[in-house]
Amino acid sequence: MSASTLPRNTGQPLDLERVRAIRVNRSSAERRAATIPTRRTVKKEWQAAWLLKAITLMDLTTLSGDDTAGNVTRLCAKARRPVRDEILAALGAGSLGITVGAVCVYHRWVETAVRALEGSGIPVAAVSTGFPAGLSPFETRLAEIRASVAAGAREIDIVITRAHVLTGDWTALYDEVCAFREACGDAHLKAILATGELATLTHVARASWVAMQAGADFIKTSTGKEGVNATLPVSLVMVRQIREYAEVSGCLVGYKPAGGIRAAKPALDYLLLMKEELGVRWLQPDLFRFGASGLLTDIERQLEHHVTGRYAAAHRQPMP
Amino acid sequence: MTRVADLFQSMDYGPAPESDAEARAWLAAHDATFGHFVAGTWTKAGKTFAVIDPSTNAPLAKVTQGTAADVEAAVKAARGAFGKWTKLTPHQRARHLYALARMVQKHARLFAVLESMDNGKPIRETRDLDIPLVARHFYHHAGWAQLLPDEFPGYGPVGVVGQIIPWNFPLLMLAWKVAPALAAGNTVVLKPAEFTPLSALLFAELAAQAGLPPGVLNIVTGDGATGAALVAHPGVDKIAFTGSTEVGKIIRKATAGSGKKLSLELGGKSPFIVYEDADLDAVVEGVVDAIWFNQGQVCCAGSRLLVQEGIHDRLIAKLRARMETLRVGRPLDKGIDMGAIVAPEQLERIRALCAQGEAEGATRWQASGAVPSTGCFFPPTLFTNVSPASTIAQVEIFGPVMVAMTFRTPEESVALANNTVYGLAASLWTENINLALDIAPKLKAGVVWVNATNLFDAAAGFGGYRESGFGREGGKEGMWEYLLPEGATRASEAAVRKAREAKKAASRAPETLREPLLSPVDQVDRTAKLFIGGKQARPDSGYSRAILDPKGRIVGEVGEGNRKDVRNAVEAAQAAAKGWATSTGHLRAQILYYIGENLSARADEFVSRLRAMTGASAREATREVEQSIQGCFAYAAWADKWDGAVHQVPFRGVAIAMQEPIGVVGVITPHAAPLGGFVSMVAPLIATGNTVVAIPSELHPLAATDLYTVFESSDLPGGVVNIVTGASEALGKVLAEHDDVEAVWFMGTEDGRRTIELASAGNMKRTFCRLAASDPSVTGDMKALLREATQVKNIWVPYGA
Repeated sequence: MSASTLPRNTGQPLDLERVRAIRVNRSSAERRAATIPTRRTVKKEWQAAWLLKAITLMDLTTLSGDDTAGNVTRLCAKARRPVRDEILAALGAGSLGITVGAVCVYHRWVETAVRALEGSGIPVAAVSTGFPAGLSPFETRLAEIRASVAAGAREIDIVITRAHVLTGDWTALYDEVCAFREACGDAHLKAILATGELATLTHVARASWVAMQAGADFIKTSTGKEGVNATLPVSLVMVRQIREYAEVSGCLVGYKPAGGIRAAKPALDYLLLMKEELGVRWLQPDLFRFGASGLLTDIERQLEHHVTGRYAAAHRQPMP
Repeated sequence: MTRVADLFQSMDYGPAPESDAEARAWLAAHDATFGHFVAGTWTKAGKTFAVIDPSTNAPLAKVTQGTAADVEAAVKAARGAFGKWTKLTPHQRARHLYALARMVQKHARLFAVLESMDNGKPIRETRDLDIPLVARHFYHHAGWAQLLPDEFPGYGPVGVVGQIIPWNFPLLMLAWKVAPALAAGNTVVLKPAEFTPLSALLFAELAAQAGLPPGVLNIVTGDGATGAALVAHPGVDKIAFTGSTEVGKIIRKATAGSGKKLSLELGGKSPFIVYEDADLDAVVEGVVDAIWFNQGQVCCAGSRLLVQEGIHDRLIAKLRARMETLRVGRPLDKGIDMGAIVAPEQLERIRALCAQGEAEGATRWQASGAVPSTGCFFPPTLFTNVSPASTIAQVEIFGPVMVAMTFRTPEESVALANNTVYGLAASLWTENINLALDIAPKLKAGVVWVNATNLFDAAAGFGGYRESGFGREGGKEGMWEYLLPEGATRASEAAVRKAREAKKAASRAPETLREPLLSPVDQVDRTAKLFIGGKQARPDSGYSRAILDPKGRIVGEVGEGNRKDVRNAVEAAQAAAKGWATSTGHLRAQILYYIGENLSARADEFVSRLRAMTGASAREATREVEQSIQGCFAYAAWADKWDGAVHQVPFRGVAIAMQEPIGVVGVITPHAAPLGGFVSMVAPLIATGNTVVAIPSELHPLAATDLYTVFESSDLPGGVVNIVTGASEALGKVLAEHDDVEAVWFMGTEDGRRTIELASAGNMKRTFCRLAASDPSVTGDMKALLREATQVKNIWVPYGA
């Protein structure tokens, strides 16, 4: 995001009437989501290019209780060199400077990651605000954001209070995200809606809208810890709100599906969705990220297959 | 930069072609030249014509132009196979249909590729929609074959069925026709469309390999002349046709009076209605699926966009943005939304209609993206500034062209939606369940999709109202099209005819007036007028007609009705139609019971009337009156029990099959059983919510005219039953020609049947014609009459919190 000249979302006053008027027809959304991957496909060089793009859109993530400085450092090394040089060379992509979009860790490992990524230009994102449930004391959550920013995180993935959505308290949600955004300062705020816990697509759409009006730079599906994480229907609903918001406010807000995206094919489906619904502008790292931990290895395998014509093995790709 | 590096920047789409190698190998194996497939084998190719790939205009194959002799041979093969096929056990036939379903799945990709090449439609559609639905149809109907004796007791196959299918969904239309026909025990001669015959030929060949007995399914290729020969063939017992309304009318006329069963699935100009509370992003995708699916070459395509005025501009802006992302390209490219129009002449028609739309002042919107410069391509198109008076708002374009209009209120949306000669499908979009379920029954369409469009399944019937044809395909309602009561086939009809003719010599013909008028001075004159709109009305002609008893003595007089009286009666019936159709079944039952009660109170009078008029014995007349009372009770009983169904379609939602009245029905009642015949025809119609214009027997109308006061004293709303006396078949013809009459029921002579069926083609009204030899009593198959009195509307309601 460092290279981006994209102006930040300035936010808007909360428009409750508009929020309440949002209705999503679930069956239709599911039907559209189901046909995006069947209406479009990319093959051969196009597929290779799209997979390389997917790597640059990746928030390479580790969010485990047993994370240590060791595995976080290893992850950062992989973030710098996500694909083997000979594969990139064979693709003619050596000069593209392929790295992942960001590295995403808990606050505890922000400094470790920042050090490990020094000079790479790759930002560190910190999950914050009582991740994943978001139920710590409000002041604690604000303090957590400030601490992560101070530690060098350039992106803060906050979680919202699901109760505000489930009870329709949009003002409370708006105020919460506004406060988080203020605490972020220059760091970009990614608002995790935890869509798997919001019950309906209409809730997802309304929460997306409120988060954007409150100034979120990105809206993101999931912590990866809910029972259901990113899905195409949920993504469709969120990106349509991004489109509406861009039309109304002129501000471009990013999108981050997270959780459960482990293979190249579904990753491409998300890129198809973005291109179809929002256009190619949303296929740049300042407006789209995958939250993923296992995805990269599968993409590497597909790229190697493209180069060699032989199906590839995971153990031949350097581990994160 | 390398290509990959370039593409990394542009993130463009590239080509993603599906291989055509297998399909071309199949064509090559036949030297790309085909005869017909008859009696389980290929005939030698005759005079051939070229089948082209419309995306390149390159020839794919040559197929044979079917001659009358070819049709003759195919019908003969089907007739030859019929006996054995129909004598298989239901389970054995089920196995065959199951094998066909498996066969389709095993060769799914070959079918999909061949269909895409032949028709020009995207491989995505054939792969994901057409071919899976074909397999689903055969599986579903394997079930009906198995369940036939349980679910259709007393019914059997029609015989040899001639089927003529269109080019827009070639194999799917084959499945819709062939699966129910075979499941019911019929054998088939099918003519695929001349533009797209290849998948049918492949199907027939693979069906034979899958063990389908020779002659059960015969394919004859050719153009309209071949179809006409099939329609005209005396050995065909039923014609099933899907195609244009224009050709449907020709077929209706060609089969008139033949006794051939007929089902027609014709054109449409289906409304796509968007209310202000709809999810507009969902609506946009709905429009894509409605009119830019299959290049808009869909009979049920939502092609008239009716938008509530307040959201018009927003929706149009969204649609225009969406049109920019639609991709038109080579049909076998897996990444396109629209392929080629089926043929140059169709492309020309679409272009001409669009030009006319512009000339009439409409605004054309097309995406800026390119379409291939060679082949039959037309971009997704949207017209605004269209009004109902515009040509493009009325005519079926059969291309990827949507016309948009606005409405102000739900009531106006219904009026605009129904402002068409067609009635195939409708789609409505709202998040308000009250609105959706209020509007859906008001739309004149055989299929209504709520917040969805173009959903199809074997378990739900598909078919039209009005000039979109009649009959249903799919579901239990579709099976009836291929069944007849045992003993009611054309073969048995011929036997009845023979017997009747033998009897005729002995029977007494009614004689003309020869006795002087007997006018007992002690009886107040009771000359019956006509019964229109609940009132007794003088005939327009100012003439009366004398009614004679068998001895030629005058027993009364009735009004001599004419065209204008029929017109007035139809107007009265139309005025009453909406209220009666929406009245509760309970209310209609109460009124029918009341009619029965009043009839019973006056039973002696009706017995005397029948005896005096027809010379019936006291026993016969009493029996007829008693049966009429029973009939009133029986149909009163049905009035609140003729339920619809909820179909088991494979999606999250309900598909509600509603039994709806047809509307205004003309009824020409038989001479035999002047009261019982009248009641047996009118009672099922009014029990199910139709209104009626009845022409009683011209020889014996007095029992019907005596009913005026029965109706008046039974709370029957004015206009529900209207009676015009006079010359039956002449008045019947006026009714059959009337464009505001939706069906005609006739019982009488073969000539009369022919007249009625011919005249009905004007607005494609449903006809239900029986020869007078049939049993007019109320003890017959009541459900059969109730089915004729109603049409099934399938309302699809997807749901999801």
